[in-house]
Amino acid sequence: MRDPLCDKIKTVEPSGIRKFFDVVSEMPDAISLGVGEPDFDTPWRVRQEGIQSLEKGRTFYTSNAGLKELKKEICKYLKRRMNLYYKYEEEVFVTVGGSEAIDLAFRTMLNPGDEVLIPQPSYVSYEPCAFMAGGTPVIIELKAEDEFKLTREELLAAITPKTKILVLPFPNNPTGAVMKKEELAELVDVIIENDIFVVSDEIYSELTYGEPHVSIGSFPGMKERTIVINGFSKSYAMTGWRLGYAAGPANIIGQMLKLHQYAIMCAPTTSQYAAVVALQECDEEVEQMREAYNQRRRYLLHAFQEMKLECFEPFGAFYIFPSIQEFKMTSDEFATRFLEEEKVAVVPGTAFGKCGEGFLRISYAYSLEDLKVAVDRLGRFVEKLRKER
Amino acid sequence: MREMLLKFIEKNSKIDLQELAVLLGVDETVVANEIAVMEKEHIICGYHTMIDWDKTSEEKVSALIEVRVAPQQGQGFDKMAERIYNYPEVNSVYLISGAYDLMVTIEGKSLKEVATFVTHKLAALEGVLSTATNFILKKYKDHGTLMECEPQKERMLVTP
Repeated sequence: MRDPLCDKIKTVEPSGIRKFFDVVSEMPDAISLGVGEPDFDTPWRVRQEGIQSLEKGRTFYTSNAGLKELKKEICKYLKRRMNLYYKYEEEVFVTVGGSEAIDLAFRTMLNPGDEVLIPQPSYVSYEPCAFMAGGTPVIIELKAEDEFKLTREELLAAITPKTKILVLPFPNNPTGAVMKKEELAELVDVIIENDIFVVSDEIYSELTYGEPHVSIGSFPGMKERTIVINGFSKSYAMTGWRLGYAAGPANIIGQMLKLHQYAIMCAPTTSQYAAVVALQECDEEVEQMREAYNQRRRYLLHAFQEMKLECFEPFGAFYIFPSIQEFKMTSDEFATRFLEEEKVAVVPGTAFGKCGEGFLRISYAYSLEDLKVAVDRLGRFVEKLRKER
Repeated sequence: MREMLLKFIEKNSKIDLQELAVLLGVDETVVANEIAVMEKEHIICGYHTMIDWDKTSEEKVSALIEVRVAPQQGQGFDKMAERIYNYPEVNSVYLISGAYDLMVTIEGKSLKEVATFVTHKLAALEGVLSTATNFILKKYKDHGTLMECEPQKERMLVTP
């Protein structure tokens, strides 16, 4: 039989997280700080709306772009929270999670050989999706001393005549880094002068603990070259509902929608009805979850200071990214031993790019009780490693 | 900060002061002082424990009693409330808008004990016009807390 696979897919590496997941699954008594999703349940009023939509028999496709009512609410929300102005008729559509929107953006905009600038450490899907879409991923290695923000100099150094897209993954998974308004402003003229488009993954935009999130799309001259990707997973604790959206100029959004229509048809109907209620009624729940994350963030930072684990203060998402360089081990070795000896799962920084070496992603999407147990074990493990040396 | 602090100890009055300070991002002495002040001002009125008595061998019966009263000259409902809340059997007394005036919750060892209290003490009070006794059959949620443990979450252990 001839090879059923295309050449490209064989060169795509499986996610580094997958490997860890397989190991942890075999350890029934392991605890974890390794998840990338909220520990909260979806707010009850949202779940109730989902149930009701089923009871009413709303079990058909919606239009390809999504329910009109939902698109309108999304536009209202983007205006209210992000200072972004989009027309619901042609500048926004509903996707199966932010992930689908990322994939569609690349497939819609890239010609073979176009370069995609991907700052790392960052979410695992940008690089393979850009590659499968025919682009050439160009990694920008962010630095701990910059608190893993993208600087103007780094951006300038990475641009070539082939650069077409810059991915902006802030607030960042796995580092928790955010980019403030003045830090984004440093990038804007470089982006415009070099005629680059931005895919801005703002899925964690509601989870910032200093200043509110600022979207790159809100800068003058940026709306026409930015695809804003957001969704319901993190802010409304709706990961399993698989619902996100993309907003941007009509000429790009219209083409992404075409692909969405052929590949997906429409996002889940039940989820769409529920999401309308999330946007209309759940500001308070979002605020409460944000405050709870912030308290845990403070708790972990304090605990890391006590155990003298080097760590910058992250102001976004629900991750802390401590350095383990003092132990002269790779992230993978550290995470493997920590799992074997203390039965706690954390994700090695390298799962999010080579420059994540020497760091761990620790999630605080856990109850304080769970965090306390894990922190005790981490403290014990760190002491043990220091004695070994 | 005061409201945030109250929200915390309303849910968990056992929380360690040092931990509370870390979570709120302030100094431990600030938290201790604030709590002391609020105790003095009677904003914090007491510290209680949520107990599901149904799971113990202790026999307990609770009832919600709707009470209609005649307001007393010059003292409105306050005097009537006082006459009722002074009984140790009475757990709470609320002035209510609607079809009746006071909602009284009481606890006793048996239906009979509660019924006796209502007929002999409560209904017999001067100014009490009528009572309606509702026995509590099962508590699902109290003070924002579920009485049954929530089932284990089925979240995967490691996700991107």
